[in-house]
Amino acid sequence: MTVDTQSEHITTMAFDVKSIKQDFPALAQTVHNKPLIYFDNAATSQKPQAVIDSLVHYYQHDNANIHRGVHTLSERATKAYEDARKTVQQFVNAKHDSEIVFLRGTTEAINLVAQSYGRANIGQDDEIIISEMEHHANIVPWQMLCEQTGATLKIIPINDKGELLLEEYQALFSNKTKLVAVVHISNALGTINPIKQMIDIAHQHDVPILIDGAQATPHMAIDVQALGCDFYTLSGHKMYGPTGIGALYAKKEILEKMPPYQGGGEMIKMVTFEKTTYNEIPFRYEAGTMHIAGAIGLATAIDYIQSIGIENIAHYEQGLSAYAQQLADDFDGLRVIGTAADKTGILSFLLDNIHAHDVGTILDHEGIAIRTGHHCAMPVMQHFNIPATARASFCMYNTKAEIKQLFSALDKVREVFAK
Amino acid sequence: MSDLRELYQEIIIDHNRQPRNFYEMEDATQKIDGFNPLCGDRITIYLKVENGIVEKASFKGTGCAISIASASMMTDSLLGKTIQQVEAVFEKFHQLITAAKKPETTDELGKLNVLGGVRNYPSRIKCATLAWHAMHAALNQESDTVTTE
Repeated sequence: MTVDTQSEHITTMAFDVKSIKQDFPALAQTVHNKPLIYFDNAATSQKPQAVIDSLVHYYQHDNANIHRGVHTLSERATKAYEDARKTVQQFVNAKHDSEIVFLRGTTEAINLVAQSYGRANIGQDDEIIISEMEHHANIVPWQMLCEQTGATLKIIPINDKGELLLEEYQALFSNKTKLVAVVHISNALGTINPIKQMIDIAHQHDVPILIDGAQATPHMAIDVQALGCDFYTLSGHKMYGPTGIGALYAKKEILEKMPPYQGGGEMIKMVTFEKTTYNEIPFRYEAGTMHIAGAIGLATAIDYIQSIGIENIAHYEQGLSAYAQQLADDFDGLRVIGTAADKTGILSFLLDNIHAHDVGTILDHEGIAIRTGHHCAMPVMQHFNIPATARASFCMYNTKAEIKQLFSALDKVREVFAK
Repeated sequence: MSDLRELYQEIIIDHNRQPRNFYEMEDATQKIDGFNPLCGDRITIYLKVENGIVEKASFKGTGCAISIASASMMTDSLLGKTIQQVEAVFEKFHQLITAAKKPETTDELGKLNVLGGVRNYPSRIKCATLAWHAMHAALNQESDTVTTE
């Protein structure tokens, strides 16, 4: 037996998509009298029962405000919340739990870095490098910072496969470069960027780098220590957790020096009308009552992922992705947008000259949920000179049979337009 | 797929495939860009209004079948109408697409009634109304670009 077949064997043993699917109650429904096929996972994933239960349990049993409470419920809630932080820490392999800041999600995490780190360290005529394939969440906060400070954005271009041009990236650095912010996996194209290499290049120029990990954390193991990135962001709802919760990882030495983001309760040590002393990290960045239930739900989602094994998930999803690509290649009139060599389970496409919204409406009638539009990545659409794409994004509870049905449904789309 | 047929009626598919009045009008008296930021659709409406009557109406742009067909059928329907008649059609059409209760089919709207199926698709209503809002803004001399938001 070769090593490959052995690992295949282990994977199939550990991975039972049927039972995984049963863990997600929202998947067990019909839409337009057809069993739901949910292919909008890059927008948000469905939630396993365990996550839903953890929210209910928290509100039914442990609900209390955290920190400084001396009563039992507050102590329970505080422990659950801080345990959740440790779960996130271990999931991304951060060195300290104080390097994990709970926030609403990736968007807020990037805004925090822009407004807190950015305003303290980036000034007039400085430069920030981002890429052409960024989600608006990793463009607009930097534009706002540039307006405030007089800094400028430098853009790493992409090729027609949807891959970043690394030579161009190298060439963008100057002594004015103060930060790089780049997406790990493109939500519009599915491209997995060579972020380890990009982090190393940034550090060779002594420039810190933020990685937008919103699309990556549900699909691959993340080790921020091995990567060496300065900031890494994640969104809970894209990785089977609740909406409204996510996290920022930042290196301790950077986080300690950053000014606070929002002022309020919880983020202070001592307040008088003359002076306020700020709390330690990470609490300094968590003003007000946080989404406690959300943090606990996120930790439960991570536990769920770990119970299946992120490597197993990655392996299974790569199989789905390859299968979808194969069917797409054989499908007449279908053009895939985003054909990078290293890709995740995102199939962004155009069908004949049928508009993506029409494709989306007709697929919905077949019970298939996809996303249509610019995917909050208008510069990507501009690069390909298209207004919109249809996007099917896969995750661990999807199957090859569902993907096959997607393509049968695309035949029906064509029928409607062939009238 | 029966209710789907109600949305994608033959006449809609036809107007999408071969849009009527699909050109840039050089002697337009009114021109306005309509933009649906939700899907990135952009439609430019051209009108030539003389003595209070729509002499010519045309459009250019990209969009889904619903928005293109709606623009195509709208431009057809405006020809020869007075501003007051156009306002009346605009109101009727808006009611057809958005009113809580489905209005009776009216002769006034003629074949525009086929777009009524859109009312069952909340996420697609703006596709059908994009051209109409742009046209309405053009007649009322509002800003150069209107959005559906």
